Amino acid sequence: MGYSKDQLLARLKELQIEFSQYEHPIVLTVEAQAKYVGNTGGVLSKNLFLKDKKHRYYVVSALADTKVDLKVLSQRLGLGKGGLRMAPEEALGEILQVPLGCVTPFAVVNESARHVSLLLDQGFKTQKCCIFHPLSNDMSISLNAQGLDKFLESVGRNPSYIDLEANPPVGKDQPPDLAAFVPSDSPVLSDLPGKAPSSQDSTVKSVGAATNSAAAVTAKAVKPSGKAQNVKEKPVDSVRPPIPAADAGKFVEELLDRASALLLSEISEDSIKQHGGQLGDEVANNIKKGLREDLKNLATIFKNTAYTEGFYAGTRYQPKRL
Amino acid sequence: MEKTDDKNQQQEEEQVVNPWEVSAKDGGKIDYDKLIDKFGCQRLDQSFVDRVQRLTSRPPHVFLRRGVFFAHRDFNDILDAYERGEKFYLYTGRGPSSEALHLGHLIPFMFTKYLQDAFKVPLVIQLTDDEKCMWKNLSVEESQRLARENAKDIIACGFDISKTFIFSDFDYVGGAFYKNMVKVAKCVTYNKVVGIFGFTGEDHIGKVSFPPVQAVPSFPSSFPHLFSGKDNLRCLIPCAIDQDPYFRMTRDVAPRIGYHKPALIESLFFPALQGENGKMSASDPNSAIYVTDSAKDIKYKVNKHAFTGGQESIEKHRQYGANLEVDIPIKYLNFFLEDDAELEHIKKEYGAGRMLTGEVKKRLTEVLTELVERHRRARAAVTDEMVDAFMAVRPLPNMFD
Repeated sequence: MGYSKDQLLARLKELQIEFSQYEHPIVLTVEAQAKYVGNTGGVLSKNLFLKDKKHRYYVVSALADTKVDLKVLSQRLGLGKGGLRMAPEEALGEILQVPLGCVTPFAVVNESARHVSLLLDQGFKTQKCCIFHPLSNDMSISLNAQGLDKFLESVGRNPSYIDLEANPPVGKDQPPDLAAFVPSDSPVLSDLPGKAPSSQDSTVKSVGAATNSAAAVTAKAVKPSGKAQNVKEKPVDSVRPPIPAADAGKFVEELLDRASALLLSEISEDSIKQHGGQLGDEVANNIKKGLREDLKNLATIFKNTAYTEGFYAGTRYQPKRL
Repeated sequence: MEKTDDKNQQQEEEQVVNPWEVSAKDGGKIDYDKLIDKFGCQRLDQSFVDRVQRLTSRPPHVFLRRGVFFAHRDFNDILDAYERGEKFYLYTGRGPSSEALHLGHLIPFMFTKYLQDAFKVPLVIQLTDDEKCMWKNLSVEESQRLARENAKDIIACGFDISKTFIFSDFDYVGGAFYKNMVKVAKCVTYNKVVGIFGFTGEDHIGKVSFPPVQAVPSFPSSFPHLFSGKDNLRCLIPCAIDQDPYFRMTRDVAPRIGYHKPALIESLFFPALQGENGKMSASDPNSAIYVTDSAKDIKYKVNKHAFTGGQESIEKHRQYGANLEVDIPIKYLNFFLEDDAELEHIKKEYGAGRMLTGEVKKRLTEVLTELVERHRRARAAVTDEMVDAFMAVRPLPNMFD
């Protein structure tokens, strides 16, 4: 069950976001929409729902006049030249849960749109008001970028604005500048770390605290090295892989990796000379001392993750039929 | 006998320490001896540290060794009871006023985790989203959202989910908890609460009636799903010393409603990067190291913003040595450098002028980067489902194991 227009409007009021609303007959294009709300002082937006070859989805929301070149965007995302195309109609209903002609940044309020990446035109920020559909084509709402931000933050999204018309070179030494916007369900870059388990459903009660998948998406993206323009996301240094989740194999590998790294660093020509036959004891002690806290922390994370999986399963278990 | 804090006496330029404001006299250093004297709590001396080591069979936490946690109330009672085989539970909390947590915020949580591991006791963590909603004028949703975000950083400190219950006031107040709140509220007159917290006629009634909310997690009957039948269970509260007023009030009330007084173990304030004149401020990004700072940010902040006690020139420095009293990198190392011997060495060499400020800063940057990096990796493993599990009202059957 997707969010309805009325639920969205109520939410905006709750968050004390200022907006104007205009009802009109159903419109399917920006031109048609312009006939009804073109003179209201706000700037119209065009909204694209896109998909890449690995079935990841993107909402691109821009000022109606901004030129959006899908080929350029595809390269900037690191998807190659023809990586982006318009998403099929069914995806609109399934993922964004809005009707045809109604793509809007507000659609990310839906649980099903958790992993959809949102790209916003920086042009919105300089406009007094921008016009979007509030999950339904028979109405348009007009609000400013701060209002949109407040809403997006309340559903756990980190709003970031980009220059959609820019065409920076992408090559060996210039990594794609928008790579961070690619949802991390399947990694784009080969050294992207795997993600921790996060189930589709959410047991959270309050809407305001709903899914932080967007945060998870941006947190897992690799910061492109050095020179390239980097859109400021939630900063994450992912040079090393993150702690493995409740996967016993991965957990043990991580422990062994750390132990052997420390072991190797302890054994050198100098240390052999210094300790001779006692080197074994010395190294053993140092390893224990050096790793104890680290490994305990890893183990606690593993335990907490396993407990959480069990807890989650427990909340959904069906009692035996008697 | 508890000394009460008489707000009327604070007219001269005294230092101000209460849950909402911390400032030293004349912009100088906080005088902790005066504070202990004024509040009426006790110094935590070396004998305590030794006793903790003996009872827990493990080296005492760096914060105990270095006097970061330096004051207490009735900690000896807790230890006496523990020696007799009577357990206790831990209670700490956070006011989620911002998403950005800095190292100063983590200190009570790092210490509490150590206490949980060392004594093998359960822990309740209160997120006072209602308090921030009222004092910082946040919306209810925003404060709830911040509470959940902060919960993730708290969980990343390494608490054991089978022994920890995290709750937000907006979610949990009610039932047995609320009954205790009313019991406490009945014992504190309006005048008293004004005297302790400095409320005025202009303050709204939400503020005036908040203190019981922070008081009642000290009583086990507030958590029937955890401690039912254990009305005698003692409570130990690790916190920064500015929270003392809440718990002075609580300790005053406790015997009147038939409960044990909670014990406290209190810490110094973590100094701001720019120097020792109060707490770190979440509104000035360069006054603190945040858990979201990159290695580059940390290096920049330590190099450019840390207040040092080094002399103006290398020659002068070699001659006179550094002023360790005001040097922030040394103070930070005091908090976070585990190796006692190394810290002593650095202090000696730096104080004598043989080691330069740059070296000390470099070591500090290493230590802080490792800390923040470890925290971030742990944070990345915290999912929304894990937060839900930590915050679920559920029994903790193994909480004393």
